[in-house]
Amino acid sequence: MSIILRTEKLRVEYRSREIRQATKVAVNGLDLEVSAGEVFGFLGPNGAGKTTTMNVLLGFVPPTSGAAYLFGIDVRQPIARQRIGYLPELTYYYKFLTAEELLRFYARIFGLPRAKTDQRIAELLKLVELEPAAKRPIKGYSKGMQQRVGLAQALINDPDLLILDEPTSGLDPLGRMKVREIIQRLKREGKTVFFSSHELGEVESVCDRVAIIHQGELRAVGRVAEITGGHQNLEEAFLDIIGYKPQPAPLP
Amino acid sequence: MKNAFAVAGVVVKELYRRKDFYVLFIVTVLICLVMASVNIYDDAHIARYLKEISLLLIWISSLVIAITTTARQIPAERENRTLIPLLAKPLTRTELVAGKFLGCWLACGLTLLCFYVFFGALAASREHHWPLQNYVQAALMHWCLLGIVVSMSLLGSLVFAAPSSNSTICAVVVMGILFVARHLDQVAITRPEPFRTVAFVFYYALPHLEFYDLRDLIIHDWPPVDWKYVSLAVLYGAFYMAVFIIGACLVFRRKAVN
Repeated sequence: MSIILRTEKLRVEYRSREIRQATKVAVNGLDLEVSAGEVFGFLGPNGAGKTTTMNVLLGFVPPTSGAAYLFGIDVRQPIARQRIGYLPELTYYYKFLTAEELLRFYARIFGLPRAKTDQRIAELLKLVELEPAAKRPIKGYSKGMQQRVGLAQALINDPDLLILDEPTSGLDPLGRMKVREIIQRLKREGKTVFFSSHELGEVESVCDRVAIIHQGELRAVGRVAEITGGHQNLEEAFLDIIGYKPQPAPLP
Repeated sequence: MKNAFAVAGVVVKELYRRKDFYVLFIVTVLICLVMASVNIYDDAHIARYLKEISLLLIWISSLVIAITTTARQIPAERENRTLIPLLAKPLTRTELVAGKFLGCWLACGLTLLCFYVFFGALAASREHHWPLQNYVQAALMHWCLLGIVVSMSLLGSLVFAAPSSNSTICAVVVMGILFVARHLDQVAITRPEPFRTVAFVFYYALPHLEFYDLRDLIIHDWPPVDWKYVSLAVLYGAFYMAVFIIGACLVFRRKAVN
């Protein structure tokens, strides 16, 4: 099976602007491989280095050392992003545009021909159930609708790899279920999905493999069943791997 | 370039969906129409004053639109986090800067077209002739000037922290160049060294925006400028636009996305 996403000894340091502040190592020696067709969960507590890793994969942050590749192409090359779709955790789109105009704009950046763009926009608006609101400016959309526009824009180029940063964050149970359904549908279509989430139940239900990162270092990687082996569920395994020891609550 | 044009399309859409242009256009139209309706002192050449004031309003409006529209482009993208999904696409930062410049410049061109068509109609209603070549030259040079201002403002939006400070600084710099920089050579020859050299360096380094001010051509119905000189001024403007855009690309490459 071909490797879609690969990092090799990836290290990212943030230098402080203040003189006596130490350099912060956000990611340290990260080695990851994600194969085609996998749904891969990228887990870690807040500040573990997940978003930094995603920022490197998207070309926003250059690695201090090591390398990252998408489809075998160095992520510093814009062409590496031609076959990916990305949904940020919380973002806003051009509020003066309608959903249809936004999707058309992104399709243009991917160089899709007009006929293909029309077909793709119709499919995606149906998929995310935004057909009735397609011609309304985004400024009038609810948070859930904006998240669905985000999902549609991430899929506009029919990507082979989808990078999702906490895709269900802030959504109601119905919205979460719909996002999960879309991820599973993409998996059935043979797409690769790389996503971070704090919803471990969700990760357990949709992921083939997971990686757990803590303080910038990879602590565990493997199939969900391997990671949860000896634990009741993924949440318990996760807390054990990151070294969390529950303290008994003091008696009143 | 297709990516730059895609970005430019969004900038143009933003301009015509915001109220800034309509407000400035309506205010200019109202002031001009009120002035056109009166004839103070029965002056036979009142149309010249009308044209002068109308053109001044058009210049002020166009500069306000150019500076404020450009100054908010990239800061707003960063603040609203629309930059993140955009740069996650196969779009380089250079293409984004080029697109923003093209969009703002094209948007300014469209607003100028509206203003000059209105001005032409107003002037023709009083003078009953329409020196089309003069209007074309004046509008073209005005658009070139706005290109320099837009590129300068784009660079400023990446250097200064807030769009409001960038807008103020750009407005002051443009006014300074228009009113003061053109006289720096005369100041230089009266000063001792090293002020003389410094003044000459500024005189030659700053873009001479006064080259693009052809208002007198329209006001006094002078014959059109030789197209050779217009072409040279366009090339001179293109050089400054390129310098500012390259500067903006270099600064933007080093900026964090979020």
